[in-house]
Amino acid sequence: MHKIGVFVCWCGSNIAATVDVKAVAEAASKEPCVVYATDYQYMCSESGQNLIIDAIKEHNLTGVVICSCSPRMHETTFRKAAQKAGLNPYMVEIANIREQCSWIHKDMAEATAKAIVLARAAIAKVQLNKPLIAGESEVTKRCLVIGGGIAGIQTALDVAEAGFPVDIVEKKPTIGGKMAQLDKTFPTLDCAACILTPRMVEAGAHENITLHTYSEVEEVSGFVGNFTVKIRKKARKVKMDLCTGCGLCTEKCPMKKQPNEFNMGLDKRGAIYIPFAQAVPKVPVIDVEACLKFKTGKCGICSKVCTAGAIDYEQQDEIIEQKYGAIVLATGFDQIKPTKFGELGYSQYPDVVTSLEYERLMNAAGPTKGHLLRPSDGKPPKEIVFVQCVGSRGQSCRDKSYCSKVCCMYTAKHAILTKDHYPDTNIHVFYIDERTPGKNFDEFYRRAVEQYGVDYIKGQVGKVYEENGKLMVQGSDLLANEQITLAADMVVLAAAIEPDKTARSLGTMLTASMDTNDFFTEAHAKLRPVESPTAGVFLSGMCQGPKDIPETVSQAGAAAVKVIGLLTKDKLLGNPCVAHSDEMLCNGCSQCARVCPYGAITYVDKEFRVPGPKRVETRRVAVVNEAVCQGCGACTVTCPSTAMDLKGFSNRQIMSEVDAICK
Amino acid sequence: MQGIIEKVTELLDNGTVDRVLAWKAGEFSYDRTPAVFDKESGLYGLVYDSFCVNNLSKYLIEESKKDGKVLVLMKPCDSYGLNMLIKEHRVDREKIYVLGVPCKCKVSVDKIKATGLTGILDIVEEGNDIKVTTVYGDTTLDRKDVLCDKCMVCKDKVVVVYDEKIESDETAGIEKLDRMAEVEALEAMTPDERFNFWRSQLSKCIRCNACRNVCPICSCTKCVFDNDNTGISSKANVDSFEENMFHIVRAYHVAGRCTDCGECSRVCPQNIPLHLLNRKFIKEMNELYGTYQAGTDAEAKDPLTAFTKEDAEPSVIYNR
Amino acid sequence: MQVNESSKEFKPCIVAFCCNWCSYAGADLAGSNRLSYPADVKIIRVPCSCRVNPLFILRAFQRGADGVILCGCHPGDCHYTTGNYYARRRMTMLFSMLDYLGIEKERTRVEWVSAAEGAKFAATMNDFISTVQSLGENRKLRDLRCKE
Repeated sequence: MHKIGVFVCWCGSNIAATVDVKAVAEAASKEPCVVYATDYQYMCSESGQNLIIDAIKEHNLTGVVICSCSPRMHETTFRKAAQKAGLNPYMVEIANIREQCSWIHKDMAEATAKAIVLARAAIAKVQLNKPLIAGESEVTKRCLVIGGGIAGIQTALDVAEAGFPVDIVEKKPTIGGKMAQLDKTFPTLDCAACILTPRMVEAGAHENITLHTYSEVEEVSGFVGNFTVKIRKKARKVKMDLCTGCGLCTEKCPMKKQPNEFNMGLDKRGAIYIPFAQAVPKVPVIDVEACLKFKTGKCGICSKVCTAGAIDYEQQDEIIEQKYGAIVLATGFDQIKPTKFGELGYSQYPDVVTSLEYERLMNAAGPTKGHLLRPSDGKPPKEIVFVQCVGSRGQSCRDKSYCSKVCCMYTAKHAILTKDHYPDTNIHVFYIDERTPGKNFDEFYRRAVEQYGVDYIKGQVGKVYEENGKLMVQGSDLLANEQITLAADMVVLAAAIEPDKTARSLGTMLTASMDTNDFFTEAHAKLRPVESPTAGVFLSGMCQGPKDIPETVSQAGAAAVKVIGLLTKDKLLGNPCVAHSDEMLCNGCSQCARVCPYGAITYVDKEFRVPGPKRVETRRVAVVNEAVCQGCGACTVTCPSTAMDLKGFSNRQIMSEVDAICK
Repeated sequence: MQGIIEKVTELLDNGTVDRVLAWKAGEFSYDRTPAVFDKESGLYGLVYDSFCVNNLSKYLIEESKKDGKVLVLMKPCDSYGLNMLIKEHRVDREKIYVLGVPCKCKVSVDKIKATGLTGILDIVEEGNDIKVTTVYGDTTLDRKDVLCDKCMVCKDKVVVVYDEKIESDETAGIEKLDRMAEVEALEAMTPDERFNFWRSQLSKCIRCNACRNVCPICSCTKCVFDNDNTGISSKANVDSFEENMFHIVRAYHVAGRCTDCGECSRVCPQNIPLHLLNRKFIKEMNELYGTYQAGTDAEAKDPLTAFTKEDAEPSVIYNR
Repeated sequence: MQVNESSKEFKPCIVAFCCNWCSYAGADLAGSNRLSYPADVKIIRVPCSCRVNPLFILRAFQRGADGVILCGCHPGDCHYTTGNYYARRRMTMLFSMLDYLGIEKERTRVEWVSAAEGAKFAATMNDFISTVQSLGENRKLRDLRCKE
C-alpha cells in the first residue's frame, strides 16, 4: 500500500491567484493512498524542498505528487529533493497546474476543478510508478570528427590538446576543406592559406590525432559513449608509408587533362595528383577513372618514376572499425552550381563565374597565379558585376529560403581586393540587402563603398546576355527606380551555400536530425547549439547552418568542450525510462525491432520450463539494450501482446491517468 | 488426391518427414477436421477435397515445436498465413515440409444447408455437381452456387511458400467478386447507419474466441484480453463497449498483418462478418500507403511498421 | 449525429495526449503567453506521439471522454526521428476504423504542434472543443458502468 504525499505550490500568486490551492490539497487528501497533503508558497525554494523532504521522512512517503509548474521546469529539482530524503527520484510525479491551468483559465472555480483532476491523475499514476535506477555505461575515450575542414581541424586539435585521441575522417585526399580554397579572409584580409595550413600541419603531426583522408564513414552503430564506426579507407593506389611527397609522379603523368577540383575546374591536373601544394597528408592519389593504367593496362609511368616504390595499382579499399565515445559532425558545405538560374548565363558564358571560382582566380596559387584574368580569353576584366543572393533568400523551388550569410562580406572583400590590385577596374554589386553584422564587418563594407568607390546597386539582376563581346547585365536599381543595363567583362555570382551532400546519409546513420534544408539541427537552438538531439553527437561548422570562419572556429571549440566534457566521464547515467520486454508475454515476432529507431532491440532464443512431459521449450524473446533505448515507446504500440512496455510511461500508468481524467 | 497420398507416403517412408498435418474425414462424409498422421497411425482417413476448408497454417505453431519434421498440406490462400508466421518467427521453418496443394475453391456445407435442404445424409462432389442425399431424396446442386464466401474473392491460386508442390489446372470456373464491394457498401452508409449495422452485428458476439483461435496472425503467447495486467482483460462482453472493444482491438492488432484468409468470419458461430473489419484496414492501407498483401513476402515491412515522409495526415479521415 | 440541445452548457471531457518534446512544450508556451482555452482539456504527457496506443484512446472513450486529441512534433521534427511517422499511420488507421464503426470521426484528431507554437496549441484546443461541443456527449462509445 502506497503512502502518497501531495504538495500544492502557490507559485506566489501565479497559481494561487486562480487556483484555490487549499481546496486542491483538501481534495487530494481524500484520494486513495494519500496520507499527507499540503500547500506552500514556493515549493521549489529551499524551504519548500525541505518541507517535501521532511514530509517524506516523517510520513514514510512512498510516492510524491507535486502540483506546480510544468515538469519541464522543476521535475529534476523535485526528483533530487526526493532522492535527498531517501526516496527513489522516479517516485515523483508532477501535476502541471500552472502552465496548463492557472495561467490559461480565469474562472477560479473552473481552474480549481481542473487542478483537482490533474492532481488526481498524477496521484493515480504515481501509485503505479516503480523505483527506477538509471543504468550506467562505459565511455570510450576516443573522438571521431567527420570532416577535415577548419571546423573539424579546430575541434580535433582542441580535443587532442585535452589529451584524448581523435580520428578525423575526410572524404577528400587532403584535409583543409573549403577554407584552403579561399584567397584572403574578411575583414582583416589575412591570407587563408597562411592561417589554415599551419593548423593542418599541426593536426597532421599531433600525437593524439589520426587522419583518415580519402575515407568515408560507412556504418555507425552504438550510442553515446559507445559508438562503433566502420570507416572505408578508399584505395589511393599510393602507399602512404612509402611516399615522400616529392610530386615527381604528378609531373610525369601523361593524362594531364583532368579538371582540377581544387581550382574549381578552371585548370587541369593529372590522373595522379596532389590536390594542392600544402596538402596534408602530402601524398598523391590516383584518379582511377582518368588513369591510363586503369583504363588500358598500359602506361605505369608513375610507378617507374617513383624511387620510393610507393605506387600500388593493386591497392584495395580497406574497412577499419573503431570505437568512439563521441562523434563530431563537421561535414561543411558546398556552393551550389547556379545552373538552374539560366537567365544569369552561368552555363552559357565562361566569364560568368561563381564567387568560389573568382576566389581561385584571385589566389596566387590559383590557375592564373593570382593575376585576375577572365576564363574566356585570359584578358584582365575592366568592368566586373557582382550579383548577390543567387539562390539564397528565395521562395521558388530553385532557391534556398535561408540567407547564406557570408556572401555580403566576401563580395565586399572581392571588391576591395580587386580594386587594390587593379585600381582601374570598375566594380558594381547588385544586392537585396547588405548584411554586415559582425566585429569590424560594417566598417569593412563601408570601406568598399567609401574608400574604394565600389558601386553598390540595390536591386536584382534579371538577365545576363552577350552583346558585342560584352556581358550585358540587365537589372533593376530600386533606389533610382529604373531598369539599368551594364556592360561587363565578368559577372560573379554569389551562389547560395548548401550543406554537403553526404550530410543526409550521415544524419540517417547517426539518427541525427536535420532540418528541411539538410542542415543538422541542434538539441536546443539557444541553449545547446553545438549538440545534436542524438546524445553523443556534436555539431561543428557549416553543417549546422551558414557561418563565417570566426564563428565556425568558435563553434568548433565549443563542440570540443562538449566532447571533452563527455570523454572526461568514466561512466554515463542513462535515462531509466526505457522500454522493457516481459519475456513471459513476448511472441518474438520482431515487430518491435522493425520500428525501433535506435536498433536497441535484439532477440535471443531462451529456454523456458513448461508443464507437461516435455519440460523445456525454447522461445525467441526480445531483449532491450537499455543503454541504447531512448524511450520513445514506438515498440510498445507495435507489440500486440503488450509484452513491450515503457518504464515510467507504462500502459497501466497512462491508462490510470486516462481513467482519472475521464472519471 | 491420389498424387498427394503418394507424395506424402513417399516422404513419410523415406524419413524426410515424421508427421503429416492434413485433414481427415469426420463422422459425416462432408466433415473435414485438421489432423496429424504419422508412420504409426498411417495415412488412414487422410483426405483432401473440396470440403477441406480449414487454414492449417496456425497449427504449425505447436506442431513445429515438437521433435522431428512435420509435413503440411498447404492450400494457396493459407500459405500467406504461413509466410506471416515465418516472418514473425512463430514457427520453425526448418521443421516444416510444405507440400503445396492445388485448390479449386472450397464448398461450403453451410451454404448447402442454406438452400433449404434438411436431413442431409451424404454430400458427394462429382465434377461440377454437388450431389446431396437427404432423408427426403436426392438433389444435385451446381458447385458454383455453394462455394465458400471467402473463395468468391480468392486472392489467387499460387502457393507462396513451399518445399514442393502438386499442380493442377482445375479451376472453379467462377468469376471472382470484387473483394471490397461489401466494405464500399458500408462506407456509403451514413455514420448512424454504420453504427447501427455494427451494433446489430457485434452485439451478437458471445466471446467464444473462435475468431481469435483460428486466426494465423492472432497468435500471441498470451492475449491482451486474457492478461489481467493489461487493464483490458475480459472473458465476456459486459456491455456494448466491450463488444466493440474486443473486435476493434483484434482488427487493429492484425492490421497490416492480416492476409484476408477469411477464416474469422467462416468460424464465427454468430455469423458476424468479421472479415469486413480486417478488409477495411486492408482497403485503407492499400489506398493510402500502396498496395500490400500480407504474407506474399516473408521479408517485407508491413504498412504499420513502415512510413514515408509524404504519408497522408490523419485528417484525410475527417475531411472525407 | 446527436446534437445536444443545450450544447452551450455542455462541458465536454477532452483528453489531449501531448509528446514531451514538442506539443507538451507548446502547451507550456501557450500557458506562459496566457493564451486561454477551455478547462475541459486535460493533458497527458507521453514521451512521443508514437507512445500512444489505440487502447488508450478507446479507454478514454470507454471511460466517458467526448473527444481525444493527439499532439506531436511536426513530421520530420520528431525528437526520436521517426516516432510521429508511425503515429501518423497508426492514428489514421484507428480513426478510419472508428469512422467505419459509425463513431463520429470529429471526436478524434491529430495535430502537429511544435514547442514554439503556443498560439497554435491554444487555437487547436479551442477549435477541437467547439467541434466536440457541437457533437454533444459521446454516447456511442462508452462503458455504461462508468457513468452514474
